Amino acid sequence: MSAPRILPRLDSDNRFFWTSGADGQLRFLRCLECATFIHPPRPVCRGCLSEKVAPQVVAGTGTIDTYTVNYQQWQPGLEVPYVIARVAIDGAPGVFLTTNIVGCAVEAVEIGDRVRVTFEQQGDVYLPLFEKIA
Amino acid sequence: MSAMDAYITGIGQSEVGMRLQRSPLLLTLDAIREALTEAGLGIAQIDGVSTYPGRSAAYLGFSPIGADELIDALGIRARWHLGSLEISSQLGAVAAAAMAVRTGQARHVICYRTVYEAAAMSRPEEYPPLRRDRVDGYSQWFTPFNAFSAANWTAQYAMRHVKRFGLTREQLAQIALNDRANALKNPRALVREPLTMEQYLSARMISTPLCLYDCDRYTDASTVLIVSAGAVIDEVKCTPIRIAAMAGTVERHSWDQAEWMACYPTGADLWKNTDYKPSDVDTVQLYDGFSFQAIAWLEALGFCAVGEGGRYVEGGKRIALDGELPLNTFGGQLGAGRLHGFGFAHEAVVQLRGLGGKRQIAHDPKIAIAASGGGPLATALLLARD
Repeated sequence: MSAPRILPRLDSDNRFFWTSGADGQLRFLRCLECATFIHPPRPVCRGCLSEKVAPQVVAGTGTIDTYTVNYQQWQPGLEVPYVIARVAIDGAPGVFLTTNIVGCAVEAVEIGDRVRVTFEQQGDVYLPLFEKIA
Repeated sequence: MSAMDAYITGIGQSEVGMRLQRSPLLLTLDAIREALTEAGLGIAQIDGVSTYPGRSAAYLGFSPIGADELIDALGIRARWHLGSLEISSQLGAVAAAAMAVRTGQARHVICYRTVYEAAAMSRPEEYPPLRRDRVDGYSQWFTPFNAFSAANWTAQYAMRHVKRFGLTREQLAQIALNDRANALKNPRALVREPLTMEQYLSARMISTPLCLYDCDRYTDASTVLIVSAGAVIDEVKCTPIRIAAMAGTVERHSWDQAEWMACYPTGADLWKNTDYKPSDVDTVQLYDGFSFQAIAWLEALGFCAVGEGGRYVEGGKRIALDGELPLNTFGGQLGAGRLHGFGFAHEAVVQLRGLGGKRQIAHDPKIAIAASGGGPLATALLLARD
């Protein structure tokens, strides 16, 4: 995937998430009242409507819930194939990230595979990609 | 007929093609004229307008004609109108119109969906392509990971069926093969060439398990349905089709945080809103912009158990024109074109009126389902000829 990625526009809700990888840690918003994880990040808990929410570090590991191997070149310069996966995040029940599985052949990816975050920095954004845990 | 009910009366459709030169407003007018003629109504009797998603300024080919513009351009004296992306999918515009006429806000509502994506791509000076330096909203959770298309997002739900329930490519192919076979009998279908299993299995992959033939293609067309109030149904000369029940449930408005696509709760809710049962249904017209969505809808609506959709369509006989549950009899979006949701309701009405010509199903159908949407969006309409 040599073509530059289209990056998120940072705002007061999502900045912590997209810059979290600066110290190598993955973070999600969590309610301080009822402990629900809130993703996408918003300044209110979708479980109890509390506004006491704060980013919390998670282990950075997870399990592939489902995936697809993309073969279509949607943009000029986009190298294919690559794996898009939905990863269930360890320690954050109910939270999933759509991401890429990198560092292995596309044929090596399977539902249920254990994965660990690896950040790819582009400008001010640290993209949480995942690689298989050997 | 009940004064309290809402009915689909006139229906219409423009020419369907790719890179059409006729303007999208005039394509919309073509479909409206056909619908008015069928209903025996004049434009002066129209007092409501409803569309999905309204004018899409950032991506004009996706929806070039908003409700505001249509009202002004055709001199419609609207007492009620809607043009919104934030409804329960394309046919949510029809469901909203049904609520409007049932509450007396309007008597005859033009509901329409005009798509112009193929023409727009061929005329970039007139229809500038979507340009994004950065993304926000829900796109930020997909685009940075090069998950650009709904094909990628839908493919992940399909892959889960492959791995968890044993969905095969041959089963998935039945949606595309059925669509293309039915499209051959629809004079307005976009794609009028047969498709074989061999061609399907050798097609290039888009996003596994979806190949080229599992994905619809950009189309230029307008489709119109007039929704009329029961209280004024005697003004209409065509056979009214009652909107017997509807549902459009969203549990999480997200392509990746929801465990199940919105069609599943929507299908369950549809049956809570009616005394009809799945066994009463004569034909189903189910969204298939990507083939897997139709399989998911069959499960969601209870025609088979969750995970059994692939086996339900296996071999294709059951869903064929002469099968026990004819599916997408006009060719669906893979055959008839990306009419974007409205084609399904249009065809349900055609079949219930017995006007399907070479593709008309037998046994005097009286009950049909039209459904639109995938991922976080879903609308199901149960339609009845009384």
